[in-house]
Amino acid sequence: MTQSMPKPAPVPVPIPLAMLAELTHRCPLKCPYCSNPLDLIRRSGELDTETWIDVFRQAAAMGVLQLHLSGGEPAARRDLEALTEGARDAGLYTNLITSGVGLTEARLSRLAELGLDHVQLSLQGVSAAMADLIGGYQGGFETKMQVAAWTTALDLPLTINAVVHRRNLDDVAETIALAHRLGARRLEIANTQYHGWAFKNRAALMPTPDQVKRAGGIIAAARDRLAGEMVIDYVTPDHHATFPKPCMGGWARMGLCITPSGKVLPCHAAETITTLAFETVLERPLAEIWANGPAFTAYRGTDWMPEPCRSCDRQTRDWGGCRCQAFAYTGDAGATDPVCSKSPLHSEITQQLADITAAGSDADALVYRTL
Amino acid sequence: MKLSPEDIPVIPRGVRVHRCEVRQAWFLLAPERALKLDQIGVAILGEVDGARSLAAISTGLAETYNAPLDRIAADVAKFLNTLVARRMVDVRVAA
Repeated sequence: MTQSMPKPAPVPVPIPLAMLAELTHRCPLKCPYCSNPLDLIRRSGELDTETWIDVFRQAAAMGVLQLHLSGGEPAARRDLEALTEGARDAGLYTNLITSGVGLTEARLSRLAELGLDHVQLSLQGVSAAMADLIGGYQGGFETKMQVAAWTTALDLPLTINAVVHRRNLDDVAETIALAHRLGARRLEIANTQYHGWAFKNRAALMPTPDQVKRAGGIIAAARDRLAGEMVIDYVTPDHHATFPKPCMGGWARMGLCITPSGKVLPCHAAETITTLAFETVLERPLAEIWANGPAFTAYRGTDWMPEPCRSCDRQTRDWGGCRCQAFAYTGDAGATDPVCSKSPLHSEITQQLADITAAGSDADALVYRTL
Repeated sequence: MKLSPEDIPVIPRGVRVHRCEVRQAWFLLAPERALKLDQIGVAILGEVDGARSLAAISTGLAETYNAPLDRIAADVAKFLNTLVARRMVDVRVAA
């Protein structure tokens, strides 16, 4: 941009709805699609209890309603109880996003007493063999079954979060049945998002179009059958779609993410965009970073959009798709998401993905996440 | 599952009404959901105490707002049934 160009009017700063607090990257599981970055933060780099609670208070004052305590495995933090109490004192609806490993009945009961609102438990497969293979942790499945029972016994709402890919997508009917049997009020079936570790493993994990189609039908039928008993949210794989997903509901529009060391991100995968610089909660108030931090203003609103987004009537529905995906495939985070059928790169990317899917097999080795 | 007049609606654990001062608005917070409430929604949920039936709640609101009971009963049932379908309100079936 040259200096002679008129400055566009600033985009109004929206009120954020949700904040993801990645309390730690430590985790006993080693899922090959982990959403944490390839370069993991160690314990010594994590924010302390007081700093986290101060961030929760700042977030609530900005209008954040929902807080997701996540990781890594949040139960790996010995101060999870203090953090939960601090989050509730700040007035936030507090979700625990957990693998279950590291929780005990006593600990969960204490968290419930302190005001924990909701437990979201990950499920890597419907059998111990599949779940423990994907999680890379023996005994994980058994623990999850216990945590689910403790959660419902405390009358806390339980969400089962099943991440799906070519190895387990054909088990989707069993996944639904298991979640229902465990007493989940909500089931989230989420196709793997191919960033970071998952991008490394995409040949081994990307489902075939036939698998995706079949699963979609089963999920739609189950949603009708279980209406009023279990809410089913389905995150579709956008590689097979005509239009991209409205990633994050629009960049810097509804939510933000804090890394274990306090970096403030517009989305949990944003660090894959190496052309952006991120600030930390140790440097500036959260509200200022949200309002005018360069990583947030870069793709907020619609002014940044190139064609075909600029003249597209879906621009405030899709918000240009996913910035991380655009960067991964084009090297330009400001490009139209190439998954969109209107992108000039669409056919090239679709062919690339089809080749990867066709070449992949269940025999492909999984690269597990490691420090 | 639809509420009958004798059924008792219950707000389950993990679902709560929240006042957001930043937005100057009321919300019903639930797992992965934040539902903005209008004044009518706030009034109805304020009556859901886990003890009174749908019929009793409607009668109470009709008296409070001096409005026709059939109209209020229809609005209350519609609103609460939507929340039941989303698992944001549970139903204790009349014995």
